[in-house]
Amino acid sequence: MNRYPVWKFVLMVLAVLIGALYTVPNLYGDAPAVQVSAAKLTTKVGADTATQVQQLLTAASITPDYVTFEGTSVHVRFANPDLQIHARDVINAGLNAGADKDSPPYSVSLALVPRAPHWMASLRAMPMYLGLDLRGGVHFLLQVDLKAALDKKTDGLVGDTRSLLREKQLRTSVARDGNAVSMTFHDAATATQAVNALTDAFPDVQWTQAPDGTDVRVSGALKPAALVKEQEAAIKQNMTTLGNRVAGLGTSEPVIQQQGPDRIVVELPGIQDTAKAQELLGRTATLEFRLVDPSAEANAAADGTGPVPFGDDRFENAPDVGTRHGSFTVVRKDVIASGDDLTDAQANFDQQNQGSIVRVTLNSKGAASMKNVSGQNVGKPMSVILFEKNKGQVINVATIQSELGEHFQISGIGNSEQASELALLLRSGALAAPMEIIEQTAIGPSLGADNIAKGLHSVAWGFVAILVFMCAYYLLFGVISTLSLGVNLLLLVAVLSLIQTTLTLPGIAAIALTLGMAIDANVLVNERIREELRGGSAPQTAIAAGYERAWATILDSNITTLIAGLSLLAFGSGAIRGFAIVHCLGILTSMFSAVFFSRGLVNLWYGRQKKLKSVLIGQVWKGGAKPGASAQPDEAAR
Amino acid sequence: MEFFRIRRDIPFMRHALVFNIISALTFVAAVFFLVTRGLNFSIEFTGGTAVEATYAQSANLERLRGVVGGLGYGDVQVQNYGTSHDVIIRVPTKAGIDQKKVPDRVFGALCAAESGTVSTADASRPTCLNAAKAEPVVMKRSELVGPSVGDELMRNGAYAMISVVIGIMLYLAFRFEWKFSIAAIVANLHDVVIILGFFAFFQWEFGLSVLAGVLAVLGYSVNESVVIFDRIRETFRVLRKLSTMQVIDHAITSTISRTIITHFCTQMMVLSMLIFGGPTLHYFAMALTIGICFGIYSSVFVAAAIAMWLGVKREDLIRTGSKSEIDPNDPNAGAVV
Repeated sequence: MNRYPVWKFVLMVLAVLIGALYTVPNLYGDAPAVQVSAAKLTTKVGADTATQVQQLLTAASITPDYVTFEGTSVHVRFANPDLQIHARDVINAGLNAGADKDSPPYSVSLALVPRAPHWMASLRAMPMYLGLDLRGGVHFLLQVDLKAALDKKTDGLVGDTRSLLREKQLRTSVARDGNAVSMTFHDAATATQAVNALTDAFPDVQWTQAPDGTDVRVSGALKPAALVKEQEAAIKQNMTTLGNRVAGLGTSEPVIQQQGPDRIVVELPGIQDTAKAQELLGRTATLEFRLVDPSAEANAAADGTGPVPFGDDRFENAPDVGTRHGSFTVVRKDVIASGDDLTDAQANFDQQNQGSIVRVTLNSKGAASMKNVSGQNVGKPMSVILFEKNKGQVINVATIQSELGEHFQISGIGNSEQASELALLLRSGALAAPMEIIEQTAIGPSLGADNIAKGLHSVAWGFVAILVFMCAYYLLFGVISTLSLGVNLLLLVAVLSLIQTTLTLPGIAAIALTLGMAIDANVLVNERIREELRGGSAPQTAIAAGYERAWATILDSNITTLIAGLSLLAFGSGAIRGFAIVHCLGILTSMFSAVFFSRGLVNLWYGRQKKLKSVLIGQVWKGGAKPGASAQPDEAAR
Repeated sequence: MEFFRIRRDIPFMRHALVFNIISALTFVAAVFFLVTRGLNFSIEFTGGTAVEATYAQSANLERLRGVVGGLGYGDVQVQNYGTSHDVIIRVPTKAGIDQKKVPDRVFGALCAAESGTVSTADASRPTCLNAAKAEPVVMKRSELVGPSVGDELMRNGAYAMISVVIGIMLYLAFRFEWKFSIAAIVANLHDVVIILGFFAFFQWEFGLSVLAGVLAVLGYSVNESVVIFDRIRETFRVLRKLSTMQVIDHAITSTISRTIITHFCTQMMVLSMLIFGGPTLHYFAMALTIGICFGIYSSVFVAAAIAMWLGVKREDLIRTGSKSEIDPNDPNAGAVV
């Protein structure tokens, strides 16, 4: 009765082998590597780059372990750190040859990659990603202000509506009304004409007409679906921008993830300087191109001797703008193009005029608007305003020389340094919505190493204590219990590695706790077998009955624990989530190991013995628990 | 080895009232401390800033309080964290303070107090160097939580707790019977309250990991009650002559060895965390330890007793068994009122 068909044994062996395959990469540790990624938006890193790197290394007679292209960067692994540093210099010199020193196209940095053999990685057998509390680094949780993104979108819509109606020669005044655009027309025919034109031009907006006294009022608001799309796009764009900013830091394996509807997590391993990281991320800037108002009133307002004219705004000038144009500039409220429309901005040197320039590239929407406005305003000044924390600052004032389109250049900048700074500011302005840091953690590398040691010691000594006790108390069945507990640990680590969970200290604690709880199933089985033996059953019957009777209880008790785990998973975030994932998976693996696997081992050992006299499960005291009045179970009731 | 040589069923239920009175008193005490002292929530819940630093020598907390107090951040807490060399400084959120600057300013003040200067020459981290180019104080960790995050965690913690309770009650009601479901939840929620009572009484820091521990313990000790209920059901089925009280006594007696051995094993693991896990896991392990101890007590003495007082009967548990006894040829078999 205690026999397994062959396929069950095969399954056991397979489980152990696969478990081992996916667990082993965690034991290898890290190896020195060089990471090549794009330092500019225009640089493309791909399989070609990997070939290029390989050639450079061959030319310098350096033999790397391997060169791979993954995601957005090329990794090259080396046997030792000396080779790594030498290779970094070779690759850097080769790839960035002849490039501007201040803005090289490629970022070549030192990194750590798993030391496990490459064939394992190709089977997706990779070590778990260590959380920041285990490796050190900074963690940020950024709250994206989606309301501000919507505000900006509505403002843009007001401007677009106005220019469209002007183009169609439909006279009205367009105003913003909350998150809607509203305007009034004197007659219904014009209103209908306007609504038709607007619906064609802006299909994402719901336009409605309503009589307003003798006039007709038209208002438009974003459709709910478009609103959601707009917000998602805002988050995506912010994440991309953050990615570009972080790339400049040269850190390996930065994590940028969305959390919930309006939050972004940024994790930078290996960095602890929060001030520097904040400066990089927290530059919550948006950018706008606007016309400067050249009128006398505006100049008076700029000097502070008059009021700001209607339809204008007054902004402070950045220091190097101020040296040429005074300390304030008065600009039109209408936005020609914003940071959203900016595709690229690069500092360059103009051979013809012997001066530093910034080349700007706009998207088609920005280009159309720019073409329209600049064509009508040749010879007039245009400004670039950078908004940081809702405060605008004019970072450039330039005269429009001709009609501008998709590509144009800003010239007359002092020197190359100022040009690259302006280019950087222009690029950094491309955030769709402002963000605020709401959570920040910085963990030193020594604390990380310390936490790993503490976590491992907790699991190891706890495991050893259980092992010793179980083996002493249940003898052979104790050995089988600890073996199956070991298999449980193996499978749990394998599954966690396979799904590439981020391991944190609470996660390690969950592994320890799960093992401590999982032994329950073995205890239930072993106690039950002893009880059956005590009741006078033959050893083989006792084993079979023990496993069968204990199963229902094991299932019930694991399901209640699983309910708690799933609730934590559903409502937890961060540390709790890591704990919950490990806890839930641990319950599942423990059911497999404690019931299926340990039974297999018992069957293997005892199943063949037909005339089994006794089993090694420790002393079974036959004093007998007398259940109340009746000494023997009522057989008939079974 | 055999630790449990029990000759006859232990009459647990005879003393049920006494156990429950003890239990109720502990519960009332826990609630009292929770109300009067409140929980000492970590900054994960309250929002604020924490800076963990380690000193080459033992840290002089009194002096540090003076140093950090001088920054004008209000009610700043300075405590040892783990060893006497490690300190943790907690700064509450306060209007008009730029939270993001707090870690650097606190570290700057600590560094200046050791007559050192903060250098950012090492790009990866700010270091404090004194005249002898040694590092008298090292910043190990800093953490900053905005006030809005804390409210959300508090809310999600409550949701998690509620969903655990509802989930377990539904499952037990489905697998056993509503009386057991109520008994198990009352017994185990009382464990949770007692754990919280300990945290309130000693003013231990209640952080996210402690919350995770408390909820895990809730699941764990319910599974304790489930094992006993399972055995009660089985005993009802097998030993038909026993009264409800005898059945419960028998079920508890025959599972007591498993209860104690399992908890002992789990506790060894938790003890290992308590000893080796360091300050981060300290309160987590503490919560588990209390939970495990009271978990045994409440499952054995409280849950079963409540089920008994709720009037659990043989018929409640073996409905399917009695149905099969219906004679299929009886024309009135299906008529149930």
